[in-house]
Amino acid sequence: MTLTLEIIGISVLWLFLFLYVIVASIDFGAGFFNAYSAFTNKQHILTNIIQRYLSPVWEVTNVFFVFFFVGIIGFFPQTAYYYGTALLVPASIALVLLSIRGSYYAFATYGAKINHRGYIFMYGLSGLLLPASLSPVLAMSEGGFIKMANDKPYLDYWALFTSPLTWSIVVLSLAAVLYISAVFLTWYADKAGDAKATDLMRKYALIWAGPAIVTATGIIFELRGHNAEHYARLLDLWWVFGISFLLFVGTVYLIWKRRNYGWAFILLIGQFFTAFFAYGFSHYPYLLYPYLTIYDSFTNESMAIALIIAFIAGLGLLLPSLYLLFRLFLFDKDYVKGKSDYHA
Amino acid sequence: MGFEDTALLSRILTLMTLSFHILYATVGVGVPLMIMIAQWVGIKKNDDHYILLARRWARGFVITVAVGVVTGTAIGLQLSLLWPNFMQLAGNVIALPLFMEVFAFFFEAIFLGIYLYTWDRFEDQRKHLLLLIPVALGAAASSLFITVVNAFMNSPQGFEVLNGELVNVSPLLAMLSPAMPTKVAHVMATAFMTSAFLLASIAAFRMIRGSNHIYHKKALFLTMKLGLVFSIATALIGDFSGKYLAEYQPEKLAAAEWHFETEEGAGLVMFGILDGEEVKYAIKVPYALSILAHSLPNAEVTGLNEFPKDEIPPLWIHYLFDTMVTIGMWLAFFSFVYVAAAWRGWSFIKAKWFRWLIVAGGPLALIAIEAGWWFTEVGRQPWILRGYMKTSEAATTSGQVDLMIILFAGLYFILGAGTIVVLSRMYKRNPVEKELADREAQKGGEQE
Repeated sequence: MTLTLEIIGISVLWLFLFLYVIVASIDFGAGFFNAYSAFTNKQHILTNIIQRYLSPVWEVTNVFFVFFFVGIIGFFPQTAYYYGTALLVPASIALVLLSIRGSYYAFATYGAKINHRGYIFMYGLSGLLLPASLSPVLAMSEGGFIKMANDKPYLDYWALFTSPLTWSIVVLSLAAVLYISAVFLTWYADKAGDAKATDLMRKYALIWAGPAIVTATGIIFELRGHNAEHYARLLDLWWVFGISFLLFVGTVYLIWKRRNYGWAFILLIGQFFTAFFAYGFSHYPYLLYPYLTIYDSFTNESMAIALIIAFIAGLGLLLPSLYLLFRLFLFDKDYVKGKSDYHA
Repeated sequence: MGFEDTALLSRILTLMTLSFHILYATVGVGVPLMIMIAQWVGIKKNDDHYILLARRWARGFVITVAVGVVTGTAIGLQLSLLWPNFMQLAGNVIALPLFMEVFAFFFEAIFLGIYLYTWDRFEDQRKHLLLLIPVALGAAASSLFITVVNAFMNSPQGFEVLNGELVNVSPLLAMLSPAMPTKVAHVMATAFMTSAFLLASIAAFRMIRGSNHIYHKKALFLTMKLGLVFSIATALIGDFSGKYLAEYQPEKLAAAEWHFETEEGAGLVMFGILDGEEVKYAIKVPYALSILAHSLPNAEVTGLNEFPKDEIPPLWIHYLFDTMVTIGMWLAFFSFVYVAAAWRGWSFIKAKWFRWLIVAGGPLALIAIEAGWWFTEVGRQPWILRGYMKTSEAATTSGQVDLMIILFAGLYFILGAGTIVVLSRMYKRNPVEKELADREAQKGGEQE
């Protein structure tokens, strides 16, 4: 595997998808925990953190998602044909769920501060339904669910919903969302000096660690029956998954021992990064088994080069801006502790 | 379900999404500049009213942006979901501006978050104002890149077709299509114009409701002046757009103008209705179409007779064109009257009826935006990519588009209603008089 334009393209997209998975998990999970505590009367513990961190950054979170789907059409226009046709219903449902979240920020936290319980509940629920509606795309990419009739792709819903692989991926996405979010919020609450919230989030982190790792392992075995070729390639990369597991153990240990929450979160990112890229690497070269590879669906060379140049230029703008954003809302002690409120 | 049917349903859903999104997008592009100007005037004149104006606008703005993010994500995805064949083809040539748009939006979203959550965090107001520049630039750049894509659909270039394959693709040339300059300028100028008139509507409405605070007067005068400037700009650009159409999309201009036969010294048809091929009750301005199309009263303007019947857009786009132009002209004239009268101290602009006319300006401008987009989109039919791909060939083959129409109709209804309820409740709970009094009290407290 040499460093071709195709490889650069898919690596960039995969990296941004990874970033989306992390930032969106924090966002989705926080919404769920918020709703959960609202219904167990612990609401004030989390609402504050959500308003201080998530409200300023949720639009940025959303752009990571847009970046991924615009980028994949740009680098691999053929995906529009296969995935675009097949995903009409699931992607539309995901859009509605995203709208619930966006409007919650708009209407409930920026706007008139409507804190209707029904709204909090919908916001929390959408945090679980979104990963559940987006993650089956990963199952579809393994082949067997998007089929062809008269040369036209269509999605076989029956096959999709009766497949154990689909459901394992859905369950993994839910467990991962809650686990990632809980670890991050433990750290954020600790930085904010909110001992009660830290304790609560630490408890959630420990609860969800088990399901996250068990379902992740389960999927590898589900794949054996579903896509033997991919399974074989996954096994070749066993050592990367081994590293990922060690990082997982590190996170849990630190959380358990109540120390270095920042490091715990960094190890968690490492754990997901290694697993995500090992999975992506073993998926190579297919975008959709067996119809699409990154080579036959690739755009022309001049477009690819133009996109890569635009990407580098864009990144030059983006990284300093993101740094500024996180410095102000994540690493600024006074802001995190809630000492200062400068909302318009 | 037949092929034509899903194409029609896909068009309906796209029409719904675009019509809804464009309201938020227009405000999203235009209002940052208004906030910037108000804050800048406030700093320069050391006038707290303008600063507060900027702050209150920003508060409402963020709500429309959040909904705009949602609807923008919807249209972005729906392009691939509803028009997969088009995106597969066009992705090869015009993906670059789409990709750049994401970065522009990234940039805007980041700084908007920072700007909103850092009011009074800086001692120096000018530093805070600086944060708004990337927001306004990012918003303008987003509209630039998206309009570039739309311009490409109208006058595609930057590639060749060889045996059904796209070859010699030049992404930059595709971006610099002939439609691009006038379209981009028109979209931006109208966004600024519409935002100015919308904000003027709000100020005038507060004054009708009995609030006589100088704050509203300042807001009204500022926004009407800006509205005048941008509506004049829009009229000038509109003239260039006419010349572009005559050169590159003559069938669109001819259909909009019910210009059936190619002729020299063509007249401009205003209003009227169409009975078969006969134009009734219209005002016909002699030579005006030739002037609009080619700047010369005797120039030849291509008529619909030169095109195959199945490549002519529907003739009802004339009504859309008229709606857009009439509203644009009215707003330019009306804001001129207001500004001139304010200058001379004439008092009729303080009359209630006149203020109601100002209130009507904002919604009218939004109607013109809708009419304009419907005009340009329907006027491109039957093509999705003019000369290369017809709309009916581009649509999805999925059978569930009808259900999605219902789903999204419900969603847009809720989002639209929510926006109105939340915005009005937000400003009602915290009227400007109360906020000014609070600020005074706070300042007094600090001095003691």
